[in-house]
Amino acid sequence: MAGITPIIMPKWGLSMKEGTVTAWLVEEGTTISVGMPILEVETDKIANAVEAPDPGLLRRKLASVGELLPVKALLGVMAGDDISEADLDAYVASYVMPSADEDGDDGVAAYQFVEVNGIRTRYARKGVADGTPVLFIHGFGGDLDNWLFNIDAVGEKAPVVALDLPGHGQSAIHLPGASLAAMAVFVADFMDAVGVERAHLVGHSMGAAIAAKLALTDAPRVASLTLIGSAGLGSEINADYTDGFASAPSRRELKPLLEMLFADASLVSRQMVDDVLKYKRLDGVTELLTELGHALFGGGRQSEQPARELGTAPQVLVIWGRDDRIIPAAHASNAPQGASVEVFDGAGHMVQMERASDVNRLILGHIAG
Amino acid sequence: MSRKISMKQAVNEALDQAMAADPSVICMGEDIVGGAGANGEKDAWGGVLGVTKGLYAKHGDRLLDTPLSESAYIGAAIGAAACGMRPVAELMFIDFMGVCFDQIFNQAAKFKYMFGGKAHTPVVIRAMVGAGFRAAAQHSQMLTPLFTHIPGLKVVCPSNPYDTKGLLIQSIRDNDPVIFCEHKNLYAIEGEVPEASYAIPFGEASVVRDGKHCSIVTYGLMVHRSLEAATALAREGVEVEIVDLRTLSPLDMDTVLDSVTKTGRLVCVDEASPRCNIATDISAQVAMRAFGALKAQIEMVTPPHTPVPFSPTLEDMYIPSAAQIADAVRRTLKGGKH
Repeated sequence: MAGITPIIMPKWGLSMKEGTVTAWLVEEGTTISVGMPILEVETDKIANAVEAPDPGLLRRKLASVGELLPVKALLGVMAGDDISEADLDAYVASYVMPSADEDGDDGVAAYQFVEVNGIRTRYARKGVADGTPVLFIHGFGGDLDNWLFNIDAVGEKAPVVALDLPGHGQSAIHLPGASLAAMAVFVADFMDAVGVERAHLVGHSMGAAIAAKLALTDAPRVASLTLIGSAGLGSEINADYTDGFASAPSRRELKPLLEMLFADASLVSRQMVDDVLKYKRLDGVTELLTELGHALFGGGRQSEQPARELGTAPQVLVIWGRDDRIIPAAHASNAPQGASVEVFDGAGHMVQMERASDVNRLILGHIAG
Repeated sequence: MSRKISMKQAVNEALDQAMAADPSVICMGEDIVGGAGANGEKDAWGGVLGVTKGLYAKHGDRLLDTPLSESAYIGAAIGAAACGMRPVAELMFIDFMGVCFDQIFNQAAKFKYMFGGKAHTPVVIRAMVGAGFRAAAQHSQMLTPLFTHIPGLKVVCPSNPYDTKGLLIQSIRDNDPVIFCEHKNLYAIEGEVPEASYAIPFGEASVVRDGKHCSIVTYGLMVHRSLEAATALAREGVEVEIVDLRTLSPLDMDTVLDSVTKTGRLVCVDEASPRCNIATDISAQVAMRAFGALKAQIEMVTPPHTPVPFSPTLEDMYIPSAAQIADAVRRTLKGGKH
């Protein structure tokens, strides 16, 4: 109904099916501005705030605290004060939850695999059909689920592709080479394999350095660059993290390392630690990460800094969390001339998770030119 | 990538990948050859419940059907391990271990110690454990405490397919003798398991449910009964934390102590007979090392001190139930300081 905006259970990550409402952060009758946190939701993987997609007046809280609800369930309703209570009742009564499969995004089918230079590579393709795709490239030891708060939001305006780099996530445990150049060639070949000629590259950490390398070597394929907590913009990097992540054998050792990724360490859930351990325990992963880590950032020094060599094209957006404990936010000052730079307070290395709606807004603005 | 397979398939896949990766890995046991498509009698069952079915077709004579003499082939497996092989012996039911106690307790468990650390005995003895299979008193015991008692043995008892595959591969790679306990009533349960090979280190318990009111420490089938109890208790507003020990030797007391320090209450659940079992061991260690954290009496949930009954009705009453576990949690919540 016109004038009524539903607040629904978000879908954070391709495997999320349901979430628990843990707290309401605003009262009924509050005027909501875009990006304002409205309520908190917890999944088995992570907890985060649901933020307002549009401005409005919060008229109804429908979900109660502690309630476990499926993705897209109606949590609350925003509407202007010209909408009557009866109209709100009618809206709530007639709300039909879209089925999870309707837009083909049920968790399993969302992941696809493609062979790239003999390396079986997992990726996800989401979002609208038309336009230049946005390609998300995760960082060292990460996977495409690092973008769980970004893929769907960016996908509303552009086609989105996210991949697991070789030796990461559920791609094959095999490196095309332990260098940014080899990884950049791999990403270009991956784009060929999935039929993407040109893309807006959004990279995080090591993935940002790979994106920058690709922009230097294969400029026509890069429509724009978004570098988040980027490697390749300076020398310093936290070796306690990179060496420790590769070698940590157990939950006890890994958890404090993962907590270094966030300004708010409580975001690191047991499930997140278990998921990373499941990846790290696959035969060959420890050796592969050790090799890659030593080649790219041995001894706490980044061996290659391609992002410093970028010119004025393509357009560059640099995003950092002020409390980044892996790569210092001070490196943002090395951004190429003409780049837009945003540094967020209260966020760490995983700024795309901790400040997801701000980061999504910046990415959408950037790719719109 | 991962997909859903059963715990039985997880055992089969771990053996298959370990044999493919290391030619010194061999399998021995009664009727374990199961070629599925091989000639004549070699197209057989693949062990008493078909766990090794199909492996003969891939790995041939590295699977050895043995005579019906546990004392002979467990001894042979231990000897082969001492000479550089990595044998995995299937002993069908753990209840039959009695006839090879000397080989296990006095030989395999002691070689490293007696030979000044120079001898390794990388043998794995797989055996089915637990009640509920209508197989009576001599095929239904949970004898995990007997083996946990012996220094020099490692004891594993997984509760799900993911842990089963990773812990069995670790057992085969480990240089010490491992007693690998497979609960026969968990063979059919399914779970996500990566296709690729991986190993889970020994001595790391898994927290399978987070909670703040009470800790349940358990392993094997009882993990599932405890999860059922937790679901019922959650409806009453009680959030229990469940620690799945996974390996009983080595034992991850750090995770147990962390959990009890957080919740202040402890229920130990063990399918083994109640005297000198894993529950009594955990209870004693927590009382000794974290007494100050406890807000109430420790509770234990175990079967009664009797043989496993053959009567189905009595057997069902014998095995600790989710209701008994939930009651134990309620007792400890009522007791002590608030």
